[in-house]
Amino acid sequence: MPNDDSILLSLTGFSKAFAGFVALDHVDFTLRRGEIHALLGENGAGKSTLIKTMTGVVARDAGTMRLDGVEIAPRSAAEATRMGIATVYQEVNLAPNLSVAQNLFLGRQPTRLGLVREREMRRRAEDLLAGFGLSIDVAAPLESYSVAIQHIVAIARAVDQSARVLILDEPTASLDAHEVEVLFGVMRQLAARGIGIVFVTHFLDQVYAICDRITVLRNGRLAGSAPVAELPRLDLVRMMLGRELSAATAQRPPRAPATDAAPLAAFESFGKAGTVAPFDLTLRPGHVVGLAGLLGSGRTETVRLVFGADRADCGRAEVGGQAVVIASPREAMRLGFGYCPEERKTEGIVAELTVRENIVLALQARRGAMHPLSRREQDEIAAKFIRLLDIRPPDPERPIGLLSGGNQQKALLARWLATAPRLLILDEPTRGIDVGAHAEIIGLIRDLCAEGMALLVVSSELEEIVTYADEVIVLRDRAHVAQLTGEAISVPAILAAIAEAPADAA
Amino acid sequence: MALRLPRIGTSQVAALVLILAANWMVSPQFFDIRMQDGRLFGSLIDVLNRGAPVALLSLGMVLVIAMRGIDLSVGAVMAICGAIAASLADSHSLPVVLAAALGAGLACGLWNGLLVAVLGIQPIVATLILMVAGRGIAQLITEGRIVTFTSPELAFLGSGSVLGLPTPVVLTLGMLALTLLVVRGTALGLMIEATGGNPRASALAGVGTRVITVAVYMWSGLCAALAGIVAAADILGADANNAGLWLELDAILAVVIGGTSLFGGRFSVILAVVGALIIQAMNTGILLSGFPPETNLVVKALVVLAVLLAQSPRLGGFLAGLGVLFGRRP
Repeated sequence: MPNDDSILLSLTGFSKAFAGFVALDHVDFTLRRGEIHALLGENGAGKSTLIKTMTGVVARDAGTMRLDGVEIAPRSAAEATRMGIATVYQEVNLAPNLSVAQNLFLGRQPTRLGLVREREMRRRAEDLLAGFGLSIDVAAPLESYSVAIQHIVAIARAVDQSARVLILDEPTASLDAHEVEVLFGVMRQLAARGIGIVFVTHFLDQVYAICDRITVLRNGRLAGSAPVAELPRLDLVRMMLGRELSAATAQRPPRAPATDAAPLAAFESFGKAGTVAPFDLTLRPGHVVGLAGLLGSGRTETVRLVFGADRADCGRAEVGGQAVVIASPREAMRLGFGYCPEERKTEGIVAELTVRENIVLALQARRGAMHPLSRREQDEIAAKFIRLLDIRPPDPERPIGLLSGGNQQKALLARWLATAPRLLILDEPTRGIDVGAHAEIIGLIRDLCAEGMALLVVSSELEEIVTYADEVIVLRDRAHVAQLTGEAISVPAILAAIAEAPADAA
Repeated sequence: MALRLPRIGTSQVAALVLILAANWMVSPQFFDIRMQDGRLFGSLIDVLNRGAPVALLSLGMVLVIAMRGIDLSVGAVMAICGAIAASLADSHSLPVVLAAALGAGLACGLWNGLLVAVLGIQPIVATLILMVAGRGIAQLITEGRIVTFTSPELAFLGSGSVLGLPTPVVLTLGMLALTLLVVRGTALGLMIEATGGNPRASALAGVGTRVITVAVYMWSGLCAALAGIVAAADILGADANNAGLWLELDAILAVVIGGTSLFGGRFSVILAVVGALIIQAMNTGILLSGFPPETNLVVKALVVLAVLLAQSPRLGGFLAGLGVLFGRRP
């Protein structure tokens, strides 16, 4: 670790485990004065844990932290702020109903004889915001301004509290291009004042537009740290996804050429403003379409539109040659669709219900409440899928929340297989499950495909996509940007498509 | 999320037995039952009879709570439906009176359900509206007076008896059977538990969560209407100010004592009724013991506290921690 004056904040050996799961494993991180430092990594890489341990929101298990050479150990976000480390979260943590000035000085209002000096507070608020090139009515409620301005107000508040380190956690996720520019202007200005900025984002273009240095986390470990100029996009994507060069040459195994079956479902210019740009998508029986891209690139958004969990606001959908409107999951199910969501715990399982009840839920919902499956039918369905998918322990009456992630995932697959779908949508079917279950689920995807089911699979595991997909659609910044079929499908090709800079940038 | 073992209800039944035994100690005639004019009398019958309105309310409340909702309006709905029944009793036939009162209950439930399911208002706020407004509506119906009636048919629902049992008890048993049939004879029970346990997952699995939400609030309204009719029939009149006052809290308490979590999910209709009986047995016991009835509120508060502490995972962890601490250092 370099030991010079330019170092503002240095973390050494940060570790944190939650109930046996290692979220951070000896991570080092160095922030210099006046530096904008991108902190990147896929979901679960440890970014938020690192930030939370840095700011004392979560107690770390090991590691030391020095700010300006002095060892500190904040025990709460408020203490961290007092020490000079301020955080602005994606969801602005201010009071939208209070005025801009009140938000800026909440808890530290200028007072005289215990009374708030409103005019003094307003004047100081105006001065403070003028420093950020913002001239707005500080007496108006915060909520009357755009998200970008709310972010700047939050940043101004944080910086004014003598922040030396500013952590911005996905500040640009809900901003449009112009607002991003305004925010970047503020960030550059703060950096010029010597403040160190940690910038968490999923948008690679923004990283190259504003950052000086990049640190990448993967699976709780430091994957690498380098100045932006020394880390081309392709290398960065590899670092984030953990592809070694040797692995990147993996080729798809030979297999029977895809037949040109009649489409089961076709989507044309399908999309939703602010969610995912209009796309075309054709799904055929016995075909697997893979969706690849970084987190936040619009993969989950795409499949939610297809399943009707979100409603598309443009384009047409056809199923079996008939134009359809998919306005809800119930309607998608009536068309023969099934969807295993990425967020297994919050959107998949009903933890306190039994494995049996979780398996029969979708089939029962399709039959309607007035046509209950008898207990015997439920037992038979549960027993059949527990056997077929080797769900362990093979006890249909156990609450599903007590099963391991892999077995929960299998039970969710069983929920949809029990409805005999024509199209099965799998969002990250192998995330967070052990290696054995991994292979079984991949095998199952192949079997289902061979039986003539259409599959649409979202996965960050590029090697896996390559082995089973007949077609891969690559997404970037909430748009479908490339389509690979047949022999063109390979990990390097997918990586190249993900990393490719948009034509108008660079 | 806490994962509970299959409910067998031993603790609730044990609590009921304990309270009944305490009642027997303060009043040795507690278990005496005698037949008089073809109707059973005795303290035990009295517990069942007096507990009927709250038990009826708990039949609807348990489903609402299982859906992660709450229905604060049931006491006010009792007042509305009691007022309607009492106002019509002497001028219309019983079927018309019942249809009007029960229909009003269903309409109240529909209102609550639409506020919650369609407008997305938090249940506690949505039903608070009718809790406050409902009593006003009931007063408008009775024109601010206590409306009395003489119709023997309606009075029979409050003070008559069927096969020796007081009519309210028979009505409650009937409603209990009907509720069980509706939720366990169909797949509604599963869907309610799934939706209460994880609404997003259930919606993605195709469960019609909105329709079911509206339906359970309507069921709660129907049960409240029946409770209101029973209460009015019992006193041969409707008092818009006091009918069903605070009974929504007893109903919620009955459901919680019955082991259904306020966070939704698993529920037991039968144990909710047992919860209602526990509450009534406490009320009766305190009356029999000769303590001032005001004590009742304090005792009830202590029981609520005990039930909530027993459900708290943090306390469970704390006690487990204590056990480890003292286990290591005997």
